[in-house]
Amino acid sequence: MEKSDLYDVAVIGGGVVGCAVARRFALQGARTILLEKGSDILSGASKGNSAILHTGFDAPKNSLELQCIKDGHAEYCDIRAKLNLPLLETGALVVAWSEDQLARLAGIVDQAQQNGIEDAVLVPAEEIYRREPALGEGVQGGVWVPNEYVIDPWSAPYAYLLQAVRNGAEARFGVDVQNGTFDGQHWTLHDQRGDIRSKLVINCAGLYGDLLDRDVLGQMDFSIKPRKGQFVVYDKAAADLLSAIILPVPSEHTKGIVITRTAFGNLLVGPTAEEQDDREDASADHATLKMLMDKAEELIPALCNMEVTATYAGIRPASERKEYRIQAHSDKNWITVGGIRSTGLTSALGIARHVYGLYEDMGYSNEALVDVEWPKMKNLSAHHPRDWAEPGYGEIVCHCELVTQREIEAALDGPLAARSPGALKRRTRATMGRCQGFNCTHRLAEITRGRITPEFSVGEVDD
Amino acid sequence: MTECAEQSMPSRLPDQTADVVVIGGGPAGLAAAVKLRRQGVSSVVVLERDVSAGGIPRQCSHPPFGVREFGRILSGMAYARKLVSLAERFNVDIRVRHSVVALHPGGELNVATPKGPLTLRAKRVLIATGVREMPRSARLVSGGRPSGIFTTGVLQSMVNLQHLKPCNRPLIIGTELVSFSALHTARGAGMKPVAMIESGSRITARRPVDLYPRILGVPLHYSTEIEKIHGRDWVEGVTVRNAQGDLLDIDCDGVLFTGRFIPESTLVRLSHLELDPLSGGPVIDQFGRCSDPAYFAAGNLLRPVETAGWSFREGEAVAKWISDDLKGSGQIEKTIREAKRVRVHCTAPVKLVVPQMIVPGSSDGMQHLQLRMLTRADGHLTVKADDQIIWQKRLSALPERRVLIALSALNVSETCKALNITMQP
Repeated sequence: MEKSDLYDVAVIGGGVVGCAVARRFALQGARTILLEKGSDILSGASKGNSAILHTGFDAPKNSLELQCIKDGHAEYCDIRAKLNLPLLETGALVVAWSEDQLARLAGIVDQAQQNGIEDAVLVPAEEIYRREPALGEGVQGGVWVPNEYVIDPWSAPYAYLLQAVRNGAEARFGVDVQNGTFDGQHWTLHDQRGDIRSKLVINCAGLYGDLLDRDVLGQMDFSIKPRKGQFVVYDKAAADLLSAIILPVPSEHTKGIVITRTAFGNLLVGPTAEEQDDREDASADHATLKMLMDKAEELIPALCNMEVTATYAGIRPASERKEYRIQAHSDKNWITVGGIRSTGLTSALGIARHVYGLYEDMGYSNEALVDVEWPKMKNLSAHHPRDWAEPGYGEIVCHCELVTQREIEAALDGPLAARSPGALKRRTRATMGRCQGFNCTHRLAEITRGRITPEFSVGEVDD
Repeated sequence: MTECAEQSMPSRLPDQTADVVVIGGGPAGLAAAVKLRRQGVSSVVVLERDVSAGGIPRQCSHPPFGVREFGRILSGMAYARKLVSLAERFNVDIRVRHSVVALHPGGELNVATPKGPLTLRAKRVLIATGVREMPRSARLVSGGRPSGIFTTGVLQSMVNLQHLKPCNRPLIIGTELVSFSALHTARGAGMKPVAMIESGSRITARRPVDLYPRILGVPLHYSTEIEKIHGRDWVEGVTVRNAQGDLLDIDCDGVLFTGRFIPESTLVRLSHLELDPLSGGPVIDQFGRCSDPAYFAAGNLLRPVETAGWSFREGEAVAKWISDDLKGSGQIEKTIREAKRVRVHCTAPVKLVVPQMIVPGSSDGMQHLQLRMLTRADGHLTVKADDQIIWQKRLSALPERRVLIALSALNVSETCKALNITMQP
């Protein structure tokens, strides 16, 4: 292999968008490096979302966002079997709970039609109750969108980057790009461990995208307005209460609170939409979580007897405008992918295609790979066989999520090995079940000793 | 083609059968298994998902365990070892690393084993899966999700099984008996708990255990609630709200949530068996029998939370009725044919009642209704048969304390539809 230190493209940011972009460029034959400041992918906005694969039925008409959502949805469905990624074909129901909301349903169908989602149809209340008997009183009617699906929000981006790496890309963690220089042809990005030289830079820095543009590119066309979303995850027993994703009729201000099953077999309620200045503070608060639960129990009364498994918050990298902020700075060999606020999980693969098109428009081209390697993900979803169904797994370490020792060892190994507790959880689901580590933390502490940061323990017992 | 051939080989093990399968190798499960063997039941299998049997006592370094069962004071670990060797002596087939993943009608179980998935059919199944503590998430505590947030179970298993410390300076949340045991374990491991907090105005456990933190110089704050956890990667402190409503920052590197036990009833919840939302465990009759008569339950799964000794005795008792049931002897045999079971309900401040069904006129089976209160309750504990008061007693009860009503004191007629238990002024 040629030992040149010049990359075709440096992708900054290991969120779902960065992972998908790195994959696209690697598969197209570009010499690609992904730089992430955290110790793992998905350390920022992509860590917490609602895990829905959207159709774009309610996306802004004729927008780039709509195009990317549709392309992303199509490509995910196309490649997911080859990567062994799950797809829970739930469909979604936009449910009207008042006369006022009922009156707006026709407009939703209309917009879906214009967006090319032609199978979105009005459904009467009786039909909704027939399909979803656990829904509480007050359903007036709804819109059925059959191709809204549920996916595994962590395995998908992991698969994208792993495929990139297996096909020649590099990924470096703990690289916080603060400055760089452009000599008219190439970028030199500065890092303590050595400079990185690349023909093109793609800013996929999510919550820090505006600051990266300002500090390195030298111009800032948008600013990130962090928007927090809190979620409550109910016990797996609750998932039987629902079939489809239940979406609210959006108001002027917000898309509202969604109730959906998850790929892992739980029931998820959220998100809130809370504007804040802090780009890091994904803290939950008691009153809001309680509000979410009250809301959920109003829509599905049987939830009142269900246990809560987890709570979390994610921060969406919204900008001051609604649309995606994707821009090619041809004179500077720089593409900014910003403001991917809440549809990034779906649109990432579509964004990646769009960005590759921008790169070609800049006059670049590569020879696409012929023999593409397709790494198979370990299935973590509840509706496909898990690792424990195959003999020789050693022991089940996390009993709630039935995570095997073999899965944990695999996650701690390989080119994108988990190096933090969060990374290990996202790769395996260990401690993410109903006991939240009561039963398995001690075993994890032993297995991961010296292999992750921070560790599960602070050291040995004093004798 | 060898590789393909190997891949297409079914990895599933041949189906197996047993007279009784016990799910869970803790005090209740092991005591039951031994009792079943003593009663002459020939094949008794205990399925334990952990690497060794013994249950929660396995991770408890502290006494007193085993006083009534073995006539001596033991540490939890020694007690667990004794339980296991007793079961082995009685030829109980203990299978560790066996996780039951589904319960099916009539006693059919799907089991994950390191050698492949297994279907096990039993004439009777005893579910004895115990309890766990309520984690931070289910308590809806505000703040981030840094490392360093754990439960007593994590503390004890880390310290006693792995010789590791989960943190150095934890804040202990709660004052149940287990909270003081957490304090004991933490101190023994060289950790320095910074304080204990309790939302009520007194400790939940029995006095004078509150003297223990005082002797150690660990402050115990009453009427104080956790407000927010701070820290990004690791816990950096906690804000609490005291009785006056003032916010107070406590410097610590860990948050230790203790107690508020929840039955480990996942298998029941995901099965055809009826679950009692109040107790969190399966609905049982006084023989420990579930809504599907092939299934029984015993131990802390039935209700949070009793001692290991109580669980042991409950396991033994239910085992006796399972054995009667298998032999077709005793009153349980009669009751199953007649299938007359009266439902027992309760309303706040009564938190739960176990068993949830009784067979009128039977003197066999559990001798008491077990109750817990949600809050401190003063008044007349009242049992109504339909609308008729059949029993009443003046009572002052604290939350989480065991309250017993002798079934022999309740004269339940055959025509009664349901019993209702309330506290009246």
